[in-house]
Amino acid sequence: MRTLRLLGFGFVLYLKMYSQSAFDGLLAVLWPLFFSTVVFFMYGAGGDDPAILAYAALGAAVMGVWTATSVPASSALQRQRWQGTLELLAAAPAHFGAVLLPMTIATATIGLYCIAATLLWSRFLFGIALAVADPLVFVAAIAATILSIGMLGFLMAVSFVRYRTSWAIGAAAEYPVWLICGFLVPVALLPDWVRPISWALAPTWGMTAIRESANGGTPLPDLLACLALGGAYVAFGLLVLDTVLRSARTRGSLSLT
Amino acid sequence: MTSARIFFIGGLISFRALFGFMSPWIFIPTLVVTPIFQILLFVYIGRSAQLESDEFYVIGNALQYSAVPCLFAMTNTIAGERFQQTLGFLLVSPARRLPLFLGRAIPVVVNGFFVAAFSMLVAGVLLGLDIPTSALVPMALVIAASAFSCTGLGLVLAGLGLIVRETAVFLNIVFGFLLVFTGANVPLDVLPGWMSAISQGLPFTHGIDAARRLADGESLAEVSNLIVTELGLGVVYAMAGFAFLLLLERQSRRHATLDRA
Repeated sequence: MRTLRLLGFGFVLYLKMYSQSAFDGLLAVLWPLFFSTVVFFMYGAGGDDPAILAYAALGAAVMGVWTATSVPASSALQRQRWQGTLELLAAAPAHFGAVLLPMTIATATIGLYCIAATLLWSRFLFGIALAVADPLVFVAAIAATILSIGMLGFLMAVSFVRYRTSWAIGAAAEYPVWLICGFLVPVALLPDWVRPISWALAPTWGMTAIRESANGGTPLPDLLACLALGGAYVAFGLLVLDTVLRSARTRGSLSLT
Repeated sequence: MTSARIFFIGGLISFRALFGFMSPWIFIPTLVVTPIFQILLFVYIGRSAQLESDEFYVIGNALQYSAVPCLFAMTNTIAGERFQQTLGFLLVSPARRLPLFLGRAIPVVVNGFFVAAFSMLVAGVLLGLDIPTSALVPMALVIAASAFSCTGLGLVLAGLGLIVRETAVFLNIVFGFLLVFTGANVPLDVLPGWMSAISQGLPFTHGIDAARRLADGESLAEVSNLIVTELGLGVVYAMAGFAFLLLLERQSRRHATLDRA
């Protein structure tokens, strides 16, 4: 119960903190809009097939969630280091994972702005009408995708704890995930050896669940796969975190000074 | 002689000191890996949309991505002085402003050239592009001209960096703007007329067009007007940026606002 309260309180706290910077918020919304604009022009030039344009609109919308997560999550610990709070959080009696996880889920939740902005952008500037067959499941699929992307961010955050410039890794991960998870390109179009990597990434299943729920398909298996993979990231991330923290405590190297 | 020293040695030292991307831990993920994935992303979107060939996206994105080193480095090598609290010392120095500011642009152009050329080469090999050997040297010239023109725009933004605090956010927005408008991924005739019109005044538009024509077998002479236009834009931007910097320097002296942004 205490852990749940900590997770909930941390999520609200970090969501408020990350919502404070107007500049960061503006970039989080604008950055995917540039890409979605290019994508709408590219798919639109090939013909005005509403199904293809809706496919592009949904993919472009979810791209923003990963954008909002990749750099902030990968550099979450470095940011705590700069603020001088990393050692305090690591020394607190609460498990450090319960402090870090809401941080990365909050950054992913900022991506909701991108989803809303991109869908509005596609509707009013490009006239892309998005029909959602099952609105409830659609919302659930979006929530599950955001949650799983936040969990992937958690795994990245703990993996890069010893890396001072972890934001650069997060930035470099932006395009590969957009590509491999099938946000804008069907996974079937990628080389065969890339597909297993796609299947191991929760956003792939989340994206499919969102599309299936919009098209009236069967999103449940994809939704469950998305959540299961997200849970696996957290479990693996906790193992990594324990190892990293033990090593940092033994060597006194948490601050990287 | 002093001006030449400020231009070459001062420019190089400033670039190494203030362009934080020079650390290999940042340089490799950001300026080596990322441009290749940007190219691959748009190549696959292009295949999915069945709009243009792989070559179209490789050339467009390799050139356009050099906006990252050109814009960020040019801004950081001037606006970064304020962050390091050395801007005041720089501006009270008797050094001539032309070599002082423009000298910082040369390493930026070289870096932008490297990023574009390397990503084009790697992506070309990965995707099996067949660019005529005779086009390689003219292509290098086009890449250099594009890096120069974007660095000119970077000089304008460097001036803005003296009055705007969040330069990184601003530069990302300019990068996105160039992605949409320069024809890197969307043929200019597909863009609405007003967007195509704006693209004619932006860096990369003519360079990308020239590089694609060279790859398609046209000669250097046939694309020379595009290269000259790209270089001309670079000169105009560089002059505007230089004038802007001088103006802001005067304003900051008059109103004592140098470190206030």
